[in-house]
Amino acid sequence: MSYLQIRNVWKTYEENVILEKLNFTIEKGEFCTLIGPSGCGKSTFLRMLLGQDTPSRGTILLEGEPLSNEPGSDRGVVFQKYTLFPHLRALENVMLGLEMEHSAFLGKTFGSTRRRIKAEAMEMLSSVGLEQSARKYPSELSGGMQQRLSIAQALVKKPKILLLDEPFGALDPGSRSDMQELVKGLWKQYGLTAFMVTHDVKEAFELGTRLLVFDKVRNDPQSPNAFGATIVNDIKLDKNKRKNKGEEHVKNNETTIATERPL
Amino acid sequence: MRLINLNAGRFSPLLKILPFVILGLVYWIAADARHALNPEDKLLPTFEALGEAIKTMVLVPDELTEEPILYTDTVASLTRIAKGLGIATAIGLVLGILQGTLPLFRSLFSPFSAAVSLIPPIAVLPILLVLFGMEESAKIALIAIGVAPFLVRDTQQRSMELSEELLIKVQTLGASTWQIILRVVLPHVMPRLLDALRLSLGAAWLFLITAEAIASSEGLGYRIFLMRRYMEMDVILPYVAWITLLAFLMDWALAVIIRKAFPWYRKEK
Ligand SMILES: Nc1ncnc2c1ncn2[C@@H]1O[C@H](COP(=O)(O)OP(=O)(O)OP(=O)(O)O)[C@@H](O)[C@H]1O
Ligand SMILES: [Mg+2]
Repeated sequence: MSYLQIRNVWKTYEENVILEKLNFTIEKGEFCTLIGPSGCGKSTFLRMLLGQDTPSRGTILLEGEPLSNEPGSDRGVVFQKYTLFPHLRALENVMLGLEMEHSAFLGKTFGSTRRRIKAEAMEMLSSVGLEQSARKYPSELSGGMQQRLSIAQALVKKPKILLLDEPFGALDPGSRSDMQELVKGLWKQYGLTAFMVTHDVKEAFELGTRLLVFDKVRNDPQSPNAFGATIVNDIKLDKNKRKNKGEEHVKNNETTIATERPL
Repeated sequence: MRLINLNAGRFSPLLKILPFVILGLVYWIAADARHALNPEDKLLPTFEALGEAIKTMVLVPDELTEEPILYTDTVASLTRIAKGLGIATAIGLVLGILQGTLPLFRSLFSPFSAAVSLIPPIAVLPILLVLFGMEESAKIALIAIGVAPFLVRDTQQRSMELSEELLIKVQTLGASTWQIILRVVLPHVMPRLLDALRLSLGAAWLFLITAEAIASSEGLGYRIFLMRRYMEMDVILPYVAWITLLAFLMDWALAVIIRKAFPWYRKEK
């Protein structure tokens, strides 16, 4: 049985069909990158995986069980906009998830439990390269540092699935490739199953083990919202092959996708 | 240079006190002029007369209470305003957070508290007087009733301005509703509630003085309205200045508390 099963999932907002006939399975430990034109429903798909939104039709099964319809600690998320807690220092931002797990009433721990949590959070913080900034407030960190912090914050809960919605959209090319390395490393280290939306085709090919291309297959010019997007291309990326061909491969696929896109 | 780019620089402190000095001078000249015409003038007492009156109210014990009147009045008024604002803040915090965070509670209560907030507090004063008479509760209740609706509504808005992403994020960290309120909503709301409280100080003093003028036997508001009957401007004017100073100090103390207790708050913006 597959780890995550998407079974005939549709999403409509009123008359507008956003996503239709999504049917695929994902294995544990896969890194799926999602690309597609703006507004085609990639974020909507992530929201459904997250439990922030429910499919209009169809079901999503995680390890054979239907996904719970509210967000929970089995699914971590990193949004494009930094979602940090402004009143907590960097280290406390990472500790929060662990503290709430240990103290149902106060959501705050003391003594030896706190020391243990602190050490664990600190380790997470160093793996994203922020140990120097542990005592800073989020507003005192740069954009890239904030993004690394929110990745640390999500990963410290060891989620089964990590969802990333254009996580590096706001970063400069330099920190962008640093972050790509970071996410790749953490993905390997923690054996995560990850979904990442991106508009950068190169990034999608480099990071993913599987590339899902969203687009509309049918289009009615009279009523543009009658049909939704679905997966038009599901590419299993062979790591080694990709490594050998390098850039060339990326460029080729980029053009393939462009021509495959139905009008 | 354009006026909008012109700063006072090192003359800034001087500019700040200038209006106060001018006011003092104008008063002095006017009082002098009136006393030249009529040495018995009561409308604008001279600085000497004001000094005498202040000495009496600060130093001479009252026959009844055996304390100087300024002391009794100040203690009475500050106790009332502190209790009234304390109750209003507690109501604002609890109802505001519940209405802002829990959609069910909001559906139940929001129209009701919107309606309540439209009742003019002074119109409630007669009811309070019927219920509590001269008791302290009447005055405290008026302040609380006057200020609480604003604090409830402000706190509700502040809780609702937390971004959806942030609330989703904290849920993915495994937080329960109670933990979200305690660890995310409360810290977000607290400094903002104190800011709202600062804005309510003017209203609180208004309600206090009104209540004291109508139903009291001591207090700053009671005293100035009592003295009005005898046209004792030499007591009224220092009292007004003293009330203003107290209000200013309360505002300043709250600002310091916000800065010290929530160091991240100003940085956030
Ligand atoms: N709550 C909603 N109500 C109605 N329509 C919505 C809602 N959320 C999203 N949509 C619509 O669904 C479509 C897909 O939106 P979505 O945010 O998933 O796109 P996207 O693929 O993530 O785009 P982008 O690449 O620009 O982020 C859009 O046309 C949007 O208008
Ligand atoms: Mg999107």
